[in-house]
Amino acid sequence: MITVNSETKSKNKKKRAVVAMSGGVDSSVAAALMVEQGYDVIGLMMRLWSEDGKEMDNRCCTPEQIDDARHIAGSLGIPFYVVDVKSYFRDTIVDFYLEEHSKGRTPNPCIECNREIRFNWLYEKAMALNADYLVTGHYAQIKPSDEKNTLELHTGIDTNKDQSYVLHMLDQEHLAHVLFPVGGISKPEVRKLAEKFNLPVAGKGDSMDLCFLSGEDYRKFLQRHVPDINQPGPIYNSAGTLLGEHTGLPNYTIGQRKGLGVTSPDPLFVLRKNAADNALILGDRSDVVTHQLAVRKISWVAGTPPHPEKFSAEVKIRYKARPIPATVYPQSADTALIEFNEPVFGATPGQGAVFYNGTNCLGGGLISDL
Amino acid sequence: MQNDQLIYMDYSATTPVDDRVIEAMLPYWKEGWGNPSSSHQFGQTAKMGLENARRTIANLLGASPAEIVFTGSGSEADNLALRGVMRAAGQSGRGNHLIISAIEHEAIHKTALQLADQPEYELTILPVDEFGLVDPQKLKQAIRPETVLVSIMAANNEIGTQQPFIELGQICKEQNVLFHTDAVQAAQYIDWNLDEMPIDLLSLAPHKFYGPKGVGILYIRNGTPIVSTMTGGGQENGQRAGTSNVPFAVGAAKALELVSTEREASNLKLINLRDKLIRGILDSFSADEVRLTGHPERRLPHHASFAFRNLPGGDLVMHLDLLGIASSSGSACSSGNPIPSPVLQAVGLDATWNAGGMRFTLGKHSTASDVDYLIDQLPAAIESLKQFSTIVYG
Repeated sequence: MITVNSETKSKNKKKRAVVAMSGGVDSSVAAALMVEQGYDVIGLMMRLWSEDGKEMDNRCCTPEQIDDARHIAGSLGIPFYVVDVKSYFRDTIVDFYLEEHSKGRTPNPCIECNREIRFNWLYEKAMALNADYLVTGHYAQIKPSDEKNTLELHTGIDTNKDQSYVLHMLDQEHLAHVLFPVGGISKPEVRKLAEKFNLPVAGKGDSMDLCFLSGEDYRKFLQRHVPDINQPGPIYNSAGTLLGEHTGLPNYTIGQRKGLGVTSPDPLFVLRKNAADNALILGDRSDVVTHQLAVRKISWVAGTPPHPEKFSAEVKIRYKARPIPATVYPQSADTALIEFNEPVFGATPGQGAVFYNGTNCLGGGLISDL
Repeated sequence: MQNDQLIYMDYSATTPVDDRVIEAMLPYWKEGWGNPSSSHQFGQTAKMGLENARRTIANLLGASPAEIVFTGSGSEADNLALRGVMRAAGQSGRGNHLIISAIEHEAIHKTALQLADQPEYELTILPVDEFGLVDPQKLKQAIRPETVLVSIMAANNEIGTQQPFIELGQICKEQNVLFHTDAVQAAQYIDWNLDEMPIDLLSLAPHKFYGPKGVGILYIRNGTPIVSTMTGGGQENGQRAGTSNVPFAVGAAKALELVSTEREASNLKLINLRDKLIRGILDSFSADEVRLTGHPERRLPHHASFAFRNLPGGDLVMHLDLLGIASSSGSACSSGNPIPSPVLQAVGLDATWNAGGMRFTLGKHSTASDVDYLIDQLPAAIESLKQFSTIVYG
C-alpha cells in the first residue's frame, strides 16, 4: 500500500482546477501557476485526432506530446490523465470543417473546437470531476464588469498572442468556471516562467497551423477525406460573363488574386464562392470590398447584446485582422447585421466576426454567406 | 484505509513483488551474476540458480524441467506458442489451421490475426456465450483435418470467466490437435498437474502472482513440434535465444512456490472479498444501471467485473483514482470516448453497455474495508459523472 502524504486530506478543501494540457509552453505554465497558487490541480490531455500512419505528424496529441505533458504533470506532482475525444472531435470538428468547405465556406475549426470540445466536452469532464475551474493556456482575460454583476472576456495582455477571437462563444456560466492564468502575462514572460519552473518546454516553438492537418496543405487534406470535393466549374465576373474554369471551389479563398488562371487587363479578385451552382465569382478590387455583413450563430458573452437594436463596436473578421469600427444591428437572438464605418476587404463566409469594445470581447458569430 | 492510503484493486494488471521473492532474487545480482551459458565457475553458479528455478517451476506445475521455457513476458510466451507451433506444422506439412476464442488477450488475438494475414495459415475464432464461455461442442465442430492448434485462455482478464479448459483440451487430444492455454490470469488459482492434464502448452506471467515483470514462462509438453521464434544462442533448449535472466527466473520460481503453498487459504479469502464486492455493487444500483460481467460462479476468485450502462468505464477509472481507488476499465487504456470493449461485445452487450466495463481485482493486501470504501464512494462518483454527461455521441 502506498501512503499518500498528509496533504491529501487538506487537499479536499482546496479549490480543484482541471488544466487542459497539451505538452506546450502555455498550458504547462498555466498548470504550474495553478499549482503555485495552491489549487488542487489535475492535468487532462485530450486525444483529439489521429490518422492511421500519420500519428507522428499530427501537430496535436502525438505520443511524444502526450509524453511531454505527462512528464510536466509528473514534475509538478499532479495527477494526469489522457482523455480520448477522437470520435466526438471527428463528428463535430473535422466533419464540420469538411462540410463547410463543401459549402464554399472557409471555416475556422479552432472556434468550433473551443465551442464543442474545450468548453463543452472537456468542460463537462472537468465539472464531473467536481472541479471549481477548467484552466487552459489561452491568452485572454476574465474580469468582472464595472458594476461587478457580470463577468467580461478581455483580450490577452500580449496583444500579439491574444486569443479572445476564438473564445468569443464563452458565456457567463463558462467565465465563472474558467481560468486563463497566462492571459495576463506576455509570451516572453511565459517563456521565462517556464524556465523558472524548470519546465522542459521553454524552447518550444509556437503551434501554427490546424492541429489535424499533420503539416499537410489543407487542400490535400480535403481531397484525401472528400475525394470528390473538387469539382471543376465556371468562373464568372460579377456581370455574369464566363471567364474560364476553376479547379474546385475549396482551392480558392475570398480576396485571392493570384493563381486564378484568368487573364484580364485589371487585377481580378475572388469575390464569392457560389456553392449552389459551383461557380467562382471574380471582381475588381472595389467589388471585393464591403461595408455590410450578416452574422449568424452569435453568442453574447453577457447573454444578450449590449443594446437590442444597435450599438457601436469594433469587429474582427479574421483571427489576425485589425478590429474595424462598425455599427451592429442585432436581428434575432443569434444573428446580426454589421455596418462598417470603413470598407473591409476579403470578408469570408465561415470565418468568425467578433465584437469588441476596446479590450472587452462582447461575443461573436460566423460570417454568413455573401 | 480511507483517504490517507491508496487502495489497489487492479491485481489483474500486476501485483507488488513479494519481499521473499526479492530476497530470493538478490543473490543472483550480487554473487550469481555470471552468464549461465559460460563454462567457468561464475557461469556454473548462475546456471545452478537458473536450473533450480526451472526444476521448482516444473515440480509445481507437474511437468519436467525440460518442458519449461523462460521468456521475456507472458505475451512472448503466447507469441512463441502460436508462431512456433504453427510454423513447425507448416514446415512439416501437418496442417495450417488455428482456432482461438473471441475473447483471447491481445497477445493471442493479434498474433493469430497476423498469422492469418499470411496466405499459408487459416484462423477460426470461436464465439462465446453471454458468460464468456466457449461451447465445447462448437470447438468440436470447428476442428478440421488440417487443424494444428487450439488456443483458449484458462480465464479471461476482463470478465474473469474460467473456461472448461480440461474439457476443451480433452477434445483436442481426442482429435490429435495441440492445445495451448493462456493461463496468465489464472496461474495462482489453479492446482496445475500438467502431466495429467490435456494441455500441450501453457503461458504464465510471474508478475501477476507477486513475481517480477520482464519474465514469462511457457510450458511445452515433451514432443510438441515447435520451432524457435527468437533465434541466436541455444539458450532455453534452443527455444528462446538471449542471455538467460537468472534473477528473474529465480524470482519467478519463488513466486510460484509461494502462491502454490498459500493457494487454498488465499482463494478462500479472495472469494469472500470478491463476493462481498459483487453483492455490494449490485445492491447499490438497479439492474438497469449495472450488471455483472462474466460468469457468476465460474470466475477467478479475485475478480469482480461489471458493465455500467451509458457510462464510459475509462472516466470512472479516473474518478475512482482521484478518490484513491485504483481500478481498471478492462479494455481501453484511456478515458474519454466510450470505446466499446471487444470482450463485452463478444458476450453480447450492446452499445449502451459495452463501453462501460469496470474491473476490480483483489489480492493478498486487499481488505474488507477496502471493499467497503469502494462501495461507499462509487454511487456518488457515478452520479457526478452522469450529471455532467449531456453530450450524446452520434
